[in-house]
Amino acid sequence: MTDFRIPLADWVDAFLAWLETTFAGLFDAIRTGFLGAYDGLEGLLQLPPFWVVILVFMAIAFWAKGWKMALFVALGFTLVYGVDQWDNTMSTLSLVLVATFVAVAISIPLGIWAAKSDRVSTIVRPIMDFFQTMPAMVYLIPALAIFRVGVVPGIVATIIFAMVPGVRLTELGIRGVDKEVVEAGHAFGAAPGRILRQIQLPLAMPTIIAGINQIIMLALSMVVIAGMVGAGGLGGDVVASLNRIDPGFGFEAGISVVVLAIFLDRVTQGFAASTKRK
Amino acid sequence: MSTQSAETKPALSVRNAYKVFGRRGKEAVKLLENGKTRDEIESLGTAAVIDATFDVKPGEIFVVMGLSGSGKSTLIRMLNGLLPMTAGHVEIHGADIAKTSKKKLRQTRQNNVSMVFQHFALLPHRTVRDNAAYALEVQGVSPRERTKRAEASLDMVGLGGLGDKFPDELSGGMKQRVGLARALTADTDILLMDEAFSALDPLIRREMQEQLVALQADLGKTIVFITHDLNEAMFLGDRVAVMRDGRIVQIGTPDDILTHPADDYVEKFVQDVDRTRVLTAGGVMEKPRAVVNLSGGPKNAQRLLKELQLSAAFVVDRQQKLQGVITDREVTKLIEAGSETLDPAVLGFAYPVGEEVPLADLFGRSVESPVPLAVVDDDGRLVGAIPRVTLLAALGNVPSSTTGIDVVGGDAATGDGTDNSTGEENTR
Repeated sequence: MTDFRIPLADWVDAFLAWLETTFAGLFDAIRTGFLGAYDGLEGLLQLPPFWVVILVFMAIAFWAKGWKMALFVALGFTLVYGVDQWDNTMSTLSLVLVATFVAVAISIPLGIWAAKSDRVSTIVRPIMDFFQTMPAMVYLIPALAIFRVGVVPGIVATIIFAMVPGVRLTELGIRGVDKEVVEAGHAFGAAPGRILRQIQLPLAMPTIIAGINQIIMLALSMVVIAGMVGAGGLGGDVVASLNRIDPGFGFEAGISVVVLAIFLDRVTQGFAASTKRK
Repeated sequence: MSTQSAETKPALSVRNAYKVFGRRGKEAVKLLENGKTRDEIESLGTAAVIDATFDVKPGEIFVVMGLSGSGKSTLIRMLNGLLPMTAGHVEIHGADIAKTSKKKLRQTRQNNVSMVFQHFALLPHRTVRDNAAYALEVQGVSPRERTKRAEASLDMVGLGGLGDKFPDELSGGMKQRVGLARALTADTDILLMDEAFSALDPLIRREMQEQLVALQADLGKTIVFITHDLNEAMFLGDRVAVMRDGRIVQIGTPDDILTHPADDYVEKFVQDVDRTRVLTAGGVMEKPRAVVNLSGGPKNAQRLLKELQLSAAFVVDRQQKLQGVITDREVTKLIEAGSETLDPAVLGFAYPVGEEVPLADLFGRSVESPVPLAVVDDDGRLVGAIPRVTLLAALGNVPSSTTGIDVVGGDAATGDGTDNSTGEENTR
């Protein structure tokens, strides 16, 4: 019995080594691309004075949710600036936005495909279960091995972890569209692409936006973990305060995450509600 | 099954169509063809439609009626290929739906067959006008043209001016009008209607049925109408197919199905139909027995009344056109006055009704009339009579026999075919 040991770890390592050598070019391209997008976005957010950025956020909040949300944004982000977490918050926001963008770009087409084909759905579902239940930190290790220390492994791990609800809710939304309405599209001779574009996607949109909202929330929750691999931002400060056992400092970084989370959550929800109305 | 005459080319023709849900459908069809029942092949799949064969003539309303689970909704979806059939053929204008490419099938749907759905199936994120114009949008018609034609259809169904509303601002009946307008805008010659009025309130449903009949009379569409409501089937259908457990058990006119049900199932099914809406005067009338010719003279009339033991008779002219009713009292007066002819001035009113009048409309007149109701054709010729007893018998689904009816009353002139000769003899 004591000799029984499945060398799963060796297999995984061997597989990763193979991945690394075979797709070295691809990984380099991904690394450069993500890093470029992240740096660009961060630079853009850091460029104007903080109050200009707050005004822009307020405008977005007002448009999505109304004046109460705009007021919250003003107070919340002033607090963030006041506890000297502005730069970190902008870095984190950049990471979340880049990761969300990529996760959405992968998960929505995948969700559509899964909704159209039962076979794809039965393959995708267990993979999504796997992605979601595997402790998030575990993704960091191969990501670290492949993409080296910095913000990129953080983004990659965030994408994998956060894309799951996007796939699931897109599939759910499209499958949930009234069958008769889709039939009506067919009955009048519409092609599948037109039905997807004009019937399924618009009617599934509230659910799909709920999925995007979940992607953003999960991405934010990964931020702290990503801080461990040197992704910086608010996560970096949380990890630093953990190492120094500095609860006050940790709280300042933590409350900034909360402000950012509420802002992103309410804005996407407001957007979902506005698509539902029509 | 169908008694299709060869000279009119059917708009839609279904031959031995099967639909078996399940992976081993083809095998199941083979067994069904060899006489196995639906239950016996259950392990291979669910047979929803078994060996359906019928033709739909251009311009007729063909109703498929059955309870839920009888396969009627599956059948209608096979007609435009929404559900691919397991075996068999559906021909629309000579093109076999079962064999065409996807692209060709889409073209057929755009140009030949449109559909109205039970739960309306409107696009909730589009205005009523855009919904009505949907088929044209798919066809690639320019926005101006399709708006124009959509507005025209909306006017036709009585929704003019509501084009800017959204579907959820409308009542159920109005939504289905939009569904109907959408199908009409497509301007296809065939219209499939899947339980189109079943989700509506009874009063609205009646209104929609009447509107559909009116529209059909104007536009001459070929309509396949699915329903579980027998009264609806009888009211709308030029012909009705009754489905049970996936099979079509009878195809016939509403009168046919009511009066000659093919089996016990159909008979039980039609038991609770509202006969007054289905049966017409022409369907229940009997040969008029007491008929005298205007030129026959009062003596002749008196002899006939005496012989039949009746107190009144219909009076017709040489062309068999109904002139009125003469009573025994007037006849006696005429004889006493020495008159040689039946003077039109002394005739009573005969209460004539057309052959197409539904039974429901006969009761009032029947109660007012002292004599049986006279049934006349379009030229006013006397073609039949409906005594009150016949009217009541038709409602009760009792075979109306003439035995014993003669004695019912002095003013009931009834007769069956054999009495006709007597009548003619007497009027000579």
